[in-house]
Amino acid sequence: MSNNNSWDWDTGKRLVADLEPWHNEFSYMEEARISPHGENIAAIVKNEDMEFTICSQGADGSFITWENSYDKIWNLKYGPDNRLSALISDMAEWTVSTDDTPWENTYDFAWDMTFNPAGTHVSVSTQKELQYSVITNDVPWENSYSRLTDMALSPDGNHTAAVVETIPVLESEIFKFRKGCYSVAVDGTPWGTNFMNVWDPVFSWDNARVAASVRTNYQDYFIAVDGKTWNKSFTSVWMPRFSPVDKSVTAPVKTNGKWFLAKDGDIVWDRGYHQLWHHFYSRDGLKIAAIVASEFGKWTLAVDDTPWEITFSQYLTDAVLSDDGKRAACVFKDDNKWGIAVDGGAWEDKFDMAWKPVFSPDGRKVAAKVEINGAYHVVVDGTVFKTAYDHLESPVFSSDGSKLLIKGIEKNRYHREIISVKGGL
Amino acid sequence: MTESKAVKDTAIDDQGIIKGIEQLSPEKIERVINQVLKSETGARLKTYVDTCVHCGLCSDGCHYFLAHDRDPKYSPAAKVKQTLWEIIRKKGKVTPEFIENAAVVAYTQCNLCKRCAMYCPFGLDIAYVMSVMRRICHKLGVVPLYIQDTAHSHSVTKNQMWIKDDEWVDTLMWQEEEAQDEVENLRIPLDKEGADVFYSVIGPEPKFRAQLIYQAAVIMNAAGENWTMPSMPGWDNSDMCMYTGDYEMMERLKKAHFEAAANLKVKKIVMGECGHAFRSVYDMGNRALGWKMPPLEVIHAIEYYNDLFVKEKIKIKKKFDRPVTLHDPCNIVRGRGLHEMSRNIVNATCKNFIEMTPNREHNYCCVAGGGVINCGPPFKNARVDSGKIKAEQLFAAKAKGAEVVIAPCHNCHGGLEDIIHHYGIDMELKFFGDIIYEILELPE
Ligand code: SF4
Ligand code: SF4
Repeated sequence: MSNNNSWDWDTGKRLVADLEPWHNEFSYMEEARISPHGENIAAIVKNEDMEFTICSQGADGSFITWENSYDKIWNLKYGPDNRLSALISDMAEWTVSTDDTPWENTYDFAWDMTFNPAGTHVSVSTQKELQYSVITNDVPWENSYSRLTDMALSPDGNHTAAVVETIPVLESEIFKFRKGCYSVAVDGTPWGTNFMNVWDPVFSWDNARVAASVRTNYQDYFIAVDGKTWNKSFTSVWMPRFSPVDKSVTAPVKTNGKWFLAKDGDIVWDRGYHQLWHHFYSRDGLKIAAIVASEFGKWTLAVDDTPWEITFSQYLTDAVLSDDGKRAACVFKDDNKWGIAVDGGAWEDKFDMAWKPVFSPDGRKVAAKVEINGAYHVVVDGTVFKTAYDHLESPVFSSDGSKLLIKGIEKNRYHREIISVKGGL
Repeated sequence: MTESKAVKDTAIDDQGIIKGIEQLSPEKIERVINQVLKSETGARLKTYVDTCVHCGLCSDGCHYFLAHDRDPKYSPAAKVKQTLWEIIRKKGKVTPEFIENAAVVAYTQCNLCKRCAMYCPFGLDIAYVMSVMRRICHKLGVVPLYIQDTAHSHSVTKNQMWIKDDEWVDTLMWQEEEAQDEVENLRIPLDKEGADVFYSVIGPEPKFRAQLIYQAAVIMNAAGENWTMPSMPGWDNSDMCMYTGDYEMMERLKKAHFEAAANLKVKKIVMGECGHAFRSVYDMGNRALGWKMPPLEVIHAIEYYNDLFVKEKIKIKKKFDRPVTLHDPCNIVRGRGLHEMSRNIVNATCKNFIEMTPNREHNYCCVAGGGVINCGPPFKNARVDSGKIKAEQLFAAKAKGAEVVIAPCHNCHGGLEDIIHHYGIDMELKFFGDIIYEILELPE
């Protein structure tokens, strides 16, 4: 995420936009998007010519639309750097427009718009004349393929990777398929090795390497790094991750009916789980957390192969570690209610839905967006704030952890609010 | 090409099986069988195989047995005899020819419909035994070509029909645009976070029956539903890997499906009118991943439509006036007990309802189920011949006046369409969505 120090952190509640006039003006308006810093709000609308354009808040309470309008717009998103991008189409030609500036390259279709963490780079998957490729900041790959999925963008934004069909295989050519027709292309160039299947390519933190899950036949699943498989195969694997501190790669692997975490091919979490997935590192790279099922139907969070004692019967998702790796939190579902668990204990209140919790940078506080009876609330350290919003973004802590940015719409009025959370609520 | 015994007997020319067999050795067969039996089956298979007393009471429960003039070879117990019973007795030391016949039996002569289990005094689940046989065949690479191709599509695209990511979104936009000619500003909302309903369909809908997505959009819109569909893989709830025996891929598919919904923070998944997909999401796939029940609420279109009528969320102009009969799909009736809800919808939408006999959980399979139709043209004639009992049911309903068959399942549609055509029954097939859309009163 981009550094938020430059944002306005003065406490108080400020009206950014009254959406009532937007609704009155446009017969067609999609859900509004709010920028990360909360200063902007925008929505896809149709103008009086029934063409698609973007409406956003103007100065002094008014609204403005993009100068350009299109046959179709979708996938409107603010990037981490607060610029607004969307996929646009005119005369069946698709491209990306950022802040109303369309790219020059156009395609028969574009999708899967992805930003790097700083927001400096935008990538999309593209199709032109049934050839598939990737373009980043209007610079396309030189190569295209008969099939392309699972596009990934490197942390610095300078590289992209995707699963590609290197040997065109016709439907029903099952024996050719089994020999391996898929690989990973990095910046358009494929690994030299083909596999029966490839999934989930991911970049290293230094942007130099790519790992992916592969299978070479129905029984042998591997992790491949830069095209070379680990020297051991497994019954199944899930998405690999690079360590932020060394060159190692870890991945959940299944062997002998149990799931483990393996590092460079060797089991490093040896407890053995009924399920293990979505592992991730703390910011310093020293701790690893993962969602696990310790037994059939018993879900919890494990940190460094130590699962919490508490388990949840239905679902566990949105796991997060504090920056120092000392604290962990997640969203769970149990007894048909959603909740938030922190450091092995569940908050008392349960919700109709809960979003990914966020730790303050010092790790002392946890905040989240939750839904109760059709309205959205902010909850901090288990205390639900009274204000009920019709729309709410997940709260954001200031870098010193003393303030919280709340971006919420109440009765068509979008406010940006900064509250102090220093020393308790 | 090897002209092996099973092929000669049944005049089947399936390259997936024939070439798969050519690549087998007795050692490989024994190793794979023992690995599956040792690490994946356990007490359940042993109990089933040991408990069967060969009484034959299950025979009359199986439409294959009845359709083949009570040929004992087609009885459920005989299917076990031709597959797992022999494999266990010989401790995996069976020949490639044996595997060939076992593959034909397990993939094409059993719909995994579980009807026989209701007639077995011990409740033995032959469908499970056939699934174990399929699992062994999958690991041996001996799978009918057409269904294997479908499973490969799942592994690359996470959908059943090799639909590319752009084709999926393009189809949704096309259907949205078409529907806007009928309902101004109607939307098929893509990736709408926090929606109440995540609507998922099977691969053949965007490929061959896009009008069903259109109809669903019009119905959702009329009901004032807060709904969404995902733009990325995970949208397809179908699962032929479950039927080939590729359980690792089944798990990957179901994970993608549930996570597509969970990432959008939706309240529930509403599945289109499909039976096998429901089995995969509600029973097999979720449990394989470690969930006792689906992690998010999952309801079949029947439950959804029933709820719309119960809560009076939609209105109809007038009831559908052609006489209808109803086919109860195995996976959502024996598998989930939605038969009374189906009848609630029929009563709410149709003037004249003629029951098919037998019905509800005793209904006969359409003979397409369990992936049998997905084994494709090489097995089509045998499949349609085995539909004789279903044809008799349809003829009987027609004789009482039924003109339209409602079948809330895609596979059933495929199977019944072939039966109707082959036996010259002259009935029209419809989904509940077709009927509801036709009589729906659009809001002002
Ligand atoms: S599961 Fe169905 S098709 Fe298979 S043996 Fe039993 S009744 Fe016959
Ligand atoms: S009814 Fe049950 S016990 Fe009798 S033959 Fe069939 S499966 Fe075996």
